[in-house]
Amino acid sequence: MSWHRLAAIARKELIQIWRDSRSLGIVLVMPLAMMLLFGYGVNLDIKHIPVCVFDREGSQQSQDLLKRFQSSEYFDVVRVVDSYPALVRAIDSDRARVGLVIAHDFSERLRTGETASVQAIVDATDDNTANLAIGYTQSVVSGFSEQVQVDWLRQQGRPQPNPPIAVDARTWFNEDLESKAFIVPGVLALVMSVIGAFLTSLTIAREWERGTMEQLISTPVTPLEIMLGKLAPYFVIGMLNTALCAAVGIWWFEVPFRGSLMTLFASSALFMMAVLGLGFFISVIGKSQLAASQMALVATFLPAFLLSGFLFSIDQMPAVIRAITHVIPARYFVTILKSVFLKGSGLALLEGELLALALFAVALTLTATHSFKKKLG
Amino acid sequence: MNGNGYSVSVRDLVKKFGDFTAVDHINLETSRGEVFGFLGPNGAGKSTTIRILCGLLRPTSGTATVAGYDVAREPETVRQQIGYMSQKFSLYNDLRVIENLRFFAGLYNVPRDLAEKRIAWALAMAGLAGRERLITGTLPGGWKQRLALGCAVLHQPPIVFLDEPTSGVDPISRRQFWELIHHMAGEGVTAFVTTHYMEEAEYCNRLALIDRGRIVALGTPGELKKRAMKGELLLVECSPLGRAVELAQQAPGVLDAAVFGNAMHLVVEAASTAIPALRDYLRQRDVTVHNIEAIPPTLEDVFVSLTAGRKEQA
Repeated sequence: MSWHRLAAIARKELIQIWRDSRSLGIVLVMPLAMMLLFGYGVNLDIKHIPVCVFDREGSQQSQDLLKRFQSSEYFDVVRVVDSYPALVRAIDSDRARVGLVIAHDFSERLRTGETASVQAIVDATDDNTANLAIGYTQSVVSGFSEQVQVDWLRQQGRPQPNPPIAVDARTWFNEDLESKAFIVPGVLALVMSVIGAFLTSLTIAREWERGTMEQLISTPVTPLEIMLGKLAPYFVIGMLNTALCAAVGIWWFEVPFRGSLMTLFASSALFMMAVLGLGFFISVIGKSQLAASQMALVATFLPAFLLSGFLFSIDQMPAVIRAITHVIPARYFVTILKSVFLKGSGLALLEGELLALALFAVALTLTATHSFKKKLG
Repeated sequence: MNGNGYSVSVRDLVKKFGDFTAVDHINLETSRGEVFGFLGPNGAGKSTTIRILCGLLRPTSGTATVAGYDVAREPETVRQQIGYMSQKFSLYNDLRVIENLRFFAGLYNVPRDLAEKRIAWALAMAGLAGRERLITGTLPGGWKQRLALGCAVLHQPPIVFLDEPTSGVDPISRRQFWELIHHMAGEGVTAFVTTHYMEEAEYCNRLALIDRGRIVALGTPGELKKRAMKGELLLVECSPLGRAVELAQQAPGVLDAAVFGNAMHLVVEAASTAIPALRDYLRQRDVTVHNIEAIPPTLEDVFVSLTAGRKEQA
């Protein structure tokens, strides 16, 4: 192994990244763009659901109930209509997700102690939002219902009963229940997948495509020197981008960071090695830049997005898919990232994940080394 | 240099791709300081042979040694001893001239202090001194080829393999390029050059004519013109030319007839008897003969006569 040769390749690779506007764009702009896109754009918190109201009674009590909806941060009463077809139209035209219909005998039933009902029509195109909307509706209505009961008992001169069971919920790790705290750490895994696998997938394929590989392999350079020389710049760039994204997450998006930087960078380095190895291997077998870059996206970006627990909880996946996630390096990295940021877990608690990442790093780098041969055809 | 003393030695070399035999039992030797030409049409097996000699392809059978090292067994040692210029331009177009040179100096492990001298030498040789900062892709073809040669010999290899180094380059640059090759040969470097330009063969000390994977003739250009040609060559100026060629092809004693510029070339068994006979033969058939003379064959004539013979056998 000659450091001289390795340095020559690394320097050449760096110059080529610098001169190629696409690579440079991916290196300089993409990480920040992804942070902003996911930090601002992807919001799993469901608030301000638009509501259309058809109050058939218009009594003091029906208005009290609607006020509760209005003052909840989960709902916005956007429309008040005076006919059922108008309510349907509001939902059909997407102006409202929930239609509330208050019966004409609402206050009458409350007064006589009968159960009054409120009809909620929910647009369930997006089932997740619909479920949450139903839940929030129930909680608003049951709050109101409790109040009605308490008022009634007070009028009767009876003491106010305590509810039999109360849930005392404390939220840990993401105390404000903000989805950006859940999403932003995982973006690091996406950024590194793109830098690591997508960019490196081009490096060997590009040399074959442009015919420069033939000259390269006619020199005494060894396959290991080619691989390490080519990957070194991407490793450094990837780690710098990790630092940049972490900084943006912590200071711009104010995601708590409770773990140690050491754990963050150790796990990032291992994940980086794994994706670089994979990217290099794909570049060797892909032989054309187009084929290689597409393979790289399918092999790293998509799993990092869909199967890593970045957005979609692995526990909720069907058993088969859950099994598949075990061979996705990003799964372990995303777990580590979320723990390091939000929980502050140290190295000891993340042993299993770190070990898995280390195994992937070693296995994929070895595969990459062995895949590349200094032979034509 | 060790071994048998030849810089390149090839014995019964065969390379097959599936059913196709690209190189078919080739034998040749080159000595130190020799400019050895490998001449033949596209697809004859020139590039395949050169790639085997550079250790880029494994031979199917036979042996080849370069600077005394077996190319199949010690390809890495061979690579220390050679410079290679592939058929397609294969420097980095997005790098500056100086960056390409530094890159290859690094790959060949040229020590830093020596590297600067060698790079300065290569720039002067390629006529690129003062143009170090140009992006390689913007250079004209002739300069690119000279830069590629410069990159391939930064480590002062005893043997250089140049695969079609002058294809797609203007005639003046081609001549300059051959001068460079001879300059290096004068310093003891063996140059193994492939080309499909017949006129370039004259620049070689020795050459092999290759056709469909086989060497059909091997020797100095002079020897080939004398020995390899079956029969003698006549230049016939006459009119109408088209009909004359058709007639000549059927004339007794004529082995081959082809249009060559505004005249025709005939291959005949013996010039002394054929000239008067042809003059009569053509005149009787209403062809006006302006001139008939015996001429020395060009390598193209030799090549056509040799490969035409093989086609008949095939």
